[in-house]
Amino acid sequence: MSRHTLSVLVENRPGVLARVSALFSRRGFNIDSLAVGPTEHDDISRMTIVVSVEELPLEQVTKQLNKLVNVLKIVELDPSQAVQRELMLIKVKADAESRSHVLELVSLFRARCVDVASDAVTIEVTGTPDKLEAFVKVLEPFGIKELVQSGMVAIGRGARSITDRSLRALDRTA
Amino acid sequence: MTERMTGAQALVRALEHVGVDTVFGIPGGAILPAYDPLYDSTKVRHVLVRHEQGAGHAAEGYAQATGKVGVCMATSGPGATNLVTPIADAYMDSVPIVAITGQVASKAIGTDAFQEADISGITMPITKHNFLITDPADIPRTIMEAFHIASTGRPGPVLVDISKDALQSDTTFVWPPTMQLPGYRPVTRPHSKQIREAAKLIAEARRPVLYVGGGVHKAGASAELLRLAELTHIPVITTLMARGTFPDSHPQHMGMPGMHGSVSAVGALQQSDLIIGLGVRFDDRVTGDLSSFAPYAKIVHADIDPAEISKNRHADVPIVGDCKEVITDLVAAIQASGQQGDYADWWTVLNGYKQTYPLGYETFEDGSLAPQYVMERLSAIAGPDTYYVAGVGQHQMWAAQFIGYQNPGTFINSGGLGTMGFAVPAAMGAKMGRPDSVVWAIDGDGCFQMTNQELATCALEGVPVKVAVINNGNLGMVRQWQTLFYDERYSNTNLQTARRIPDFVKLADAYGCVGLRCERAEDVDAVIKKAMEINDVPVVVDFVVHQDAMVWPMVAAGTSNDDIKIARDMAPKWENEDE
Repeated sequence: MSRHTLSVLVENRPGVLARVSALFSRRGFNIDSLAVGPTEHDDISRMTIVVSVEELPLEQVTKQLNKLVNVLKIVELDPSQAVQRELMLIKVKADAESRSHVLELVSLFRARCVDVASDAVTIEVTGTPDKLEAFVKVLEPFGIKELVQSGMVAIGRGARSITDRSLRALDRTA
Repeated sequence: MTERMTGAQALVRALEHVGVDTVFGIPGGAILPAYDPLYDSTKVRHVLVRHEQGAGHAAEGYAQATGKVGVCMATSGPGATNLVTPIADAYMDSVPIVAITGQVASKAIGTDAFQEADISGITMPITKHNFLITDPADIPRTIMEAFHIASTGRPGPVLVDISKDALQSDTTFVWPPTMQLPGYRPVTRPHSKQIREAAKLIAEARRPVLYVGGGVHKAGASAELLRLAELTHIPVITTLMARGTFPDSHPQHMGMPGMHGSVSAVGALQQSDLIIGLGVRFDDRVTGDLSSFAPYAKIVHADIDPAEISKNRHADVPIVGDCKEVITDLVAAIQASGQQGDYADWWTVLNGYKQTYPLGYETFEDGSLAPQYVMERLSAIAGPDTYYVAGVGQHQMWAAQFIGYQNPGTFINSGGLGTMGFAVPAAMGAKMGRPDSVVWAIDGDGCFQMTNQELATCALEGVPVKVAVINNGNLGMVRQWQTLFYDERYSNTNLQTARRIPDFVKLADAYGCVGLRCERAEDVDAVIKKAMEINDVPVVVDFVVHQDAMVWPMVAAGTSNDDIKIARDMAPKWENEDE
């Protein structure tokens, strides 16, 4: 199994997320991560879906996704040609003694401390899944009290935009 | 055109504008506002059915017999959920229907209100698309979009759920509305390079076969198919959903493939070196065990739905497009190339199978009726212009095997979902769509007891369908599997209709239909002829047949097509077996 990152442009309408996620589960695919949000165009939302599948099932699920009437476009992003980011918030035990150690790691990983309490700090970090994994590992000895993570968002490198043509399609029907 | 009216009036007006002449349904609380203006419509005839499932299957029968979009209507909650089975059926068989359901008022949605069910959520995986309308201004556009989506590309069911307040409040009706479907762009034009590639493979092949499915009839391409077949002289097999798309009487027709296909059709697939799949989906009932399916064949696969191509079997030449355009282009490409394949040896093999292993059946010494004989006589007497509408099970397979189909679309049945109870309401819909044609429902005694309440609808609405109940007193196909795979342990398959509970003749009478019974071979012709003469009311014929009649040939589920049996423990001898 290999990991694939799909960028899916969808009409910004109620129920679209349910249609997409239901399709994955109905066809027997597990979603590793899913992030959805608005784009530069009000009528379009963008989903970034990470799935672990073989090549052929991926082709099948992409074709099935394309059949959803509210789906405008699907692009598989090549990790080497895309910027991929996740956001994580981590609450770590940190008292007067250990706090400076924790903060040192925070700066090493170019993370940020967003909240401080007497015996804990909350850290915000963004990066690739590898980086976040490494960061969690070095924090573990201090005691992780709570952790929350976003799905991955990704965008292709270079000047080209995957939304351009879909926008034109939308404009034609407007 | 702009006019003030209620959402309900806008709905009825929109249905009139998209050309709806028949709606099958049952009113109820949430859809009630729509039934008031419907009462006044002179263009739309509403047929009051007895169960919403009947409305859905009737819409399917209407759609399949006419090629138009079938329409059914139901109220919220249980009305809508009763439509789930026919919607799923239409999804599996790509039947264009639009289901309109009432929903509780928009403010009550999500509160578990009386008769509330999230029908758009429930039908999400079994509709081509669905809509929930809470603003009356959206009604005309949504209806137009629903009919467009249902009928174009790969056809399928579309559900439109409308909240009660949207039906009741005022809006401005605008026609024609502008569709907003930027994500819906079905491809119908095939790629010319793929067509040339397919033509090349056809010329090079030695053992090609045209594997024809429901998509060819849906594309209205049976004339084009005949041209392609006769130009290339390639054998043709027609799937359950394509019976009649190519004439059974044509010498190139090899029969139906699949679990209960003919030896010649199954053998043609298994031994071919090129399968040209047209509007098919390589369904498991056709392929048997996939890994041993057609092991020597290259695949040309044409379908309007890109997701079907290479879904089950890898396509060497994928062609996305409407079958009518695909076949037309293929004919042109083959003519342009001027090449003709040499299939003489192949025809020797296939004609050998056809002669050695024709469809046959067992007759019974006790004089009881063989169901296959009923089919043969029905076919001979009712003829190829009749629409035959089957339920699901043994009778369906016999209807597919022993009736001679000559015309596209004349066999209507539930293929993909296998919905028992399909026949009676679907026959009603087909008869309403084709009032001048004879429509015979062919049903089993199990199926018939699931939906025969629509005989009341047929009798009252003047829909004189004919129903042949192939009554073996059992859930016959399940019983057949118990005979073959469960040591003849007949767990819960005996319906005991042999005890005349119910008495189908009396039942027909109670529903205002004519009831006839036939128990002996010598009476079959007379009874069928009598039924054919009654054209003012529906007729039900109780054909009491032997309970041990079996459907042969058979490829047992999950096994290879190569292991097809022509009777119990009897396998055909394949031409290449010694190689």
